[in-house]
Amino acid sequence: MAYVYLLITCAGICLFAYILHKRLSPLLRAAPDPRLDRIGERIGKVVQIWLGQWRQPRYLLAGVIHIFIFAGFIILGLRSLQLILMGFWQGASLPGLEGSTGAIYNLIKDYAATWVFVACIVAAVRRGVFRPARYQVPPSLGKDHLGEALLVLGLICALVVSESLFEASLQNAAARSGAAAFAPPLTLLWAGRLILGGLGLPALQAVNSLSYFVHEMVFFSFLCFLPLGKHFHVLTSLFNVFFMRLDRGKVKPVRHGVAEDQLDDLPEFGVSKLEDFTWKHILDFYTCADCGRCSDRCPANRVKRPLSPRFLTIKARDRVYANYPLWGKAVGAEQELVGGIYSEDEVWSCTTCGACEQECPLGIEYIDKIVDLRRGLVDQGRVPQSLQKPLGALEKRGNPWGKSQRNRADWAKELAEEFAVTIAGPKQPVETLYFVGSVSSYDERMQRIAQATARVLRYAGVEFGVLGKAESDGGHEVRRFGEESLFLALRDANTEAILNSGASRIVTADPHDYNALKNDYRGIPPVMHLSQVLSQELERGGLALEQGPYAGKTVVYHDPCYLGRHNGLYDEPRHVIDAIPGIRRVEMEGNCRDRSFCCGGGGLALFYEPEEEQRIGVVRVGMAKEAGAQVIVTACPFCLANIEDALKIAGLDQELEVLDLMELVEQHLPVARRAAA
Amino acid sequence: MAPQVFVYVAHRDGQAADSALELLSAARVLSPDGLVIAMATGWGAELDQVCREMTGRCPEVWKLAHEALAYPNAEAIRKCLSGVLPSGAVLLLAHDTLGMDLGPGLSIKLDSPFVSDVVAMDPPADGALKLVREEYGGQVSTHLSCDISGGAVLSIRSGSFPASEETAAGEVRDKSSDIGDLSCGRRFIKIVEAEAGDVDITKEEILVSVGRGIEDEDNIEIAEDLAKALGGVVSCSRPIVDAKWLEKPRQVGTSGKTVKPKVYLALGISGSFQHLGGLKGNPFIVAVNKNPKAPIFQVADVGVVDDLLEFVPLLTERIDNQ
Amino acid sequence: MEILVCVKKVPDPAENEIVVRRDGSDIDRDDLVYSVNEWDNYAVEEAIQLVEEHGGSVTVVSVGDEESDEIIRRELAMGADAGKLLDDEAFHYSDGRGVAAILAHAARQAKYDLILTGAQAEDAAAQVGGMLAAMLDVPYASLVVRVRVLDQGKLEIAREIDGGNLEINQIDLPCALSIQTGINEPRYVGIRGIRKTASVQVPVLGAAELGLVPATVGRAGAKVRKLDYFVPELGQGAEILQGSREEIADQLIARLKGRGVIQ
Repeated sequence: MAYVYLLITCAGICLFAYILHKRLSPLLRAAPDPRLDRIGERIGKVVQIWLGQWRQPRYLLAGVIHIFIFAGFIILGLRSLQLILMGFWQGASLPGLEGSTGAIYNLIKDYAATWVFVACIVAAVRRGVFRPARYQVPPSLGKDHLGEALLVLGLICALVVSESLFEASLQNAAARSGAAAFAPPLTLLWAGRLILGGLGLPALQAVNSLSYFVHEMVFFSFLCFLPLGKHFHVLTSLFNVFFMRLDRGKVKPVRHGVAEDQLDDLPEFGVSKLEDFTWKHILDFYTCADCGRCSDRCPANRVKRPLSPRFLTIKARDRVYANYPLWGKAVGAEQELVGGIYSEDEVWSCTTCGACEQECPLGIEYIDKIVDLRRGLVDQGRVPQSLQKPLGALEKRGNPWGKSQRNRADWAKELAEEFAVTIAGPKQPVETLYFVGSVSSYDERMQRIAQATARVLRYAGVEFGVLGKAESDGGHEVRRFGEESLFLALRDANTEAILNSGASRIVTADPHDYNALKNDYRGIPPVMHLSQVLSQELERGGLALEQGPYAGKTVVYHDPCYLGRHNGLYDEPRHVIDAIPGIRRVEMEGNCRDRSFCCGGGGLALFYEPEEEQRIGVVRVGMAKEAGAQVIVTACPFCLANIEDALKIAGLDQELEVLDLMELVEQHLPVARRAAA
Repeated sequence: MAPQVFVYVAHRDGQAADSALELLSAARVLSPDGLVIAMATGWGAELDQVCREMTGRCPEVWKLAHEALAYPNAEAIRKCLSGVLPSGAVLLLAHDTLGMDLGPGLSIKLDSPFVSDVVAMDPPADGALKLVREEYGGQVSTHLSCDISGGAVLSIRSGSFPASEETAAGEVRDKSSDIGDLSCGRRFIKIVEAEAGDVDITKEEILVSVGRGIEDEDNIEIAEDLAKALGGVVSCSRPIVDAKWLEKPRQVGTSGKTVKPKVYLALGISGSFQHLGGLKGNPFIVAVNKNPKAPIFQVADVGVVDDLLEFVPLLTERIDNQ
Repeated sequence: MEILVCVKKVPDPAENEIVVRRDGSDIDRDDLVYSVNEWDNYAVEEAIQLVEEHGGSVTVVSVGDEESDEIIRRELAMGADAGKLLDDEAFHYSDGRGVAAILAHAARQAKYDLILTGAQAEDAAAQVGGMLAAMLDVPYASLVVRVRVLDQGKLEIAREIDGGNLEINQIDLPCALSIQTGINEPRYVGIRGIRKTASVQVPVLGAAELGLVPATVGRAGAKVRKLDYFVPELGQGAEILQGSREEIADQLIARLKGRGVIQ
């Protein structure tokens, strides 16, 4: 018999190795992506996200079921290995699993097999009977994978059942010869022993061999089946989490290993063909478990824009499988992705809010892929007409509206009677530089944020200056919309202006500029968002806020994506609001902090006109209304713009009001209130 | 001596275009007392009808009939006019899609100076004409001087001169025999009518634009009725498109279309930055809004502080009754 | 198909505040940024698409100054094959006819099947295309929104006429067309694209190279001259109509009549 088992094992391993080799080949042809840095942090991610299944309970039922199955897999993996070895010599054991540790392990693995069995049944019922919407596949994107899910659940059940029958038949046979063996109560093993209770030795022998054979066959079939679909994640997840992106808020370079000053030598930018993706991104495609959490949280998907992060991945995975078939040569090297599996609108629909990445339990990345796809489109000149004007204006004027640079500090004229805003430069160096940003500099409504910010800084005792006409757009969205060359030009202009100002720190009220300066720029002084500045000042006692016009109002705070998810600033703005006496603050439960729902996107997103059923902001203000708020406070000019528009569209502008944190604080400054009195 | 002024009369279905009377007014600026000759090209009964119509306005109407002119093909008309116009003639034509096709090349063939899209003129002095044109979508205007002593071709923007009220008991002069060979390298095939849903608001001169003040989808009809009465089309601001009450191509604004109408009626539009960004060409803006503080009143020429749902139907009714 | 596209550098109102200088002699050019005239950009895109489909080459030509070089490079980055800059002191202050004459001389230097211009420019008069065609004695059509290549040296073109209707014509090659916006979706060209054209030589041709008598163009040859610039009168805020609803409606009708909206 050992030869048969040897044959099964060898054939299984060979086939598995062959499939893996085939799956590996696109990774080898893909773009470079160095991911072997910061090993300690990476191991930490593996412990937390992979082993600890940290993100699973965000979807409670599915998450808990998964944790049980995952834990069972880890425990039973050893057992399967042991069983394979037992095919070659009786009583084989893995090192460390002899004696009493072995007994304890056996106890655990018997319960693990049992809970895996139960979890699979629950999962199957959930998938097959209740059919959560999250898993549904739109007809245009292929067919439901319910069959695959049930097959895999069935295979897992077959594994644990055959393992238990194998053990039960052994134990029953041993019991006949008087050897006492312990079957933990209420386990599959225990049940197996009861079922096989009446059988004689030859029958037990037959059950034993058969269950062993079934286990081996199922095990290797399962192993070779994994790399064929969404269950590849069973094998790749460990690696994918290990190699996952460690930094939020950043965008990958155009091509790893190519310095900025050599970018012009690259024949092409970004991703236009499959192999232009980095190997990690292709590993992402393999790793996707098709759980749909990303798309469930995706604002673009929610309003039926033609983008679903889940299918961004699944379509690419299917393309990899099709172009790199298991049998035969690789094909399709010339295929363009956009115009093929993706549409242009799909690629431009993303707001880069990061909700998908926050949710993914497997560390799959989306923003870098979107940005890379956009880079590819920009390089080919395939830019929506609605974005070409603002991009042209940004190139020539440093702002998307084509306004004159000379008018960049015009918002400060309104303050002239109270105080003069310093224009910083080599002749007038400042310590604190307030980076205003394009929208707050030029948009009539958003200029009020700049004015409020200036007042707040002034009355908090912070001496500051602005760059005036030397300031250009921060370039945050320019980069995220794929126009890297323009971004670099804007960044260089700003860097020079910032360094000329002599500032030792930068403050800004715009999270997009905050993120750009913090994560996209180099060699400039540290940057703080105004909410951090104020939170610190409040802590220090340098600022006190008084009861004011919003006393008695119910306020909800909307987390801007680039403050919260991308930079982890959740508490500071809340701290500032809570420091205002008389305000009652509520949360949009389930949609706040790292689950905040995007307003619709900032910067160039204001110019892009996607197909959508409703505006993202309208969904968001509905959430605020549901939370019982009378006032929405945000800390981003784009959030303000989108939410203000959304309130009008939703017809909620009579019952709800939105304002920027700076505007709220301004109205509760003791000085300002005294002046008003 | 005042130059001999000709007015080219465009026509359709046997009727002179509205521009003809405006051109006659403009011609009076050039030649306050002299003879202004109208000329029309075409074929068959429709041309005769137009010529007869013009004799009520002009003492002399030149009829230029030729089979090749049955459809106003600018290439053929250019050949025709350059053959029959006397040297030193000043020709006025409308700055419309035919005038743009015809004028520039005709001026070369006549070896005359050309000024297009004229919005105002001073009477000529010593053969020099001072004219006004707009540039940069109407943001600035320029004065031009043009030596018309040797003739000129001028295209006139519609609405810039009042319709002439002069009457005459003129006569038709058939100049068809002066027409030479009209064969040309461009042949008219057919007109493809724009589909109903295919309105291009960027090309319309009169826009009745609705915003949130319209309150309900059913009320769009109010705006459509007014647009119909004025001969314009309905456009809108972003919220209307968001609500799917009108289609995206109807949206005016930075995220929609940039329009350059002559008259813009803003009904229930507050006048946001983004919306006004789509409005170019210095139109005459009429704002109807309940809120007297709506920013639209800052940029409008005429404002009506009223509920549009009450005011607009009344306005439409009174226009229709006229 | 050999295509010549005439382009022009203009200050795009989307990127500039057009302000008249105090003395009215010009618009204030201190703070202007320039782009390729929007209509011309559509013309270049159309030419590139025609060549992509039917073969041939696209040459871009501009009457301008050395700053127009960047405009030509932008069009090269889009996909035009060659560029020519027509620059000479004698060309300055040309009127429309002068510009057309300069372009006509450039067009005669090679055999072009098709000459495209924009239908109009922000700072000009929608005239150069038609004049150029007349000078070259080739058929012309303006406001073209569709071009289809037929056999036997002919094109089918659609002109955009009133009410959004299309006028379909056949036109013989060689011919000149002026292109209306919306005919296509011009591709984007960024800084990177322009940098890629850095090594391309854009020849500069003056009156001598074009075989042009300087006195026939420029200020000397201009029959139409710009005297000054001014800002059309603008009211300060709306005149709010007063009275009963009916009275207001009648006042409004009177004003609309004054504008020729109601006959």
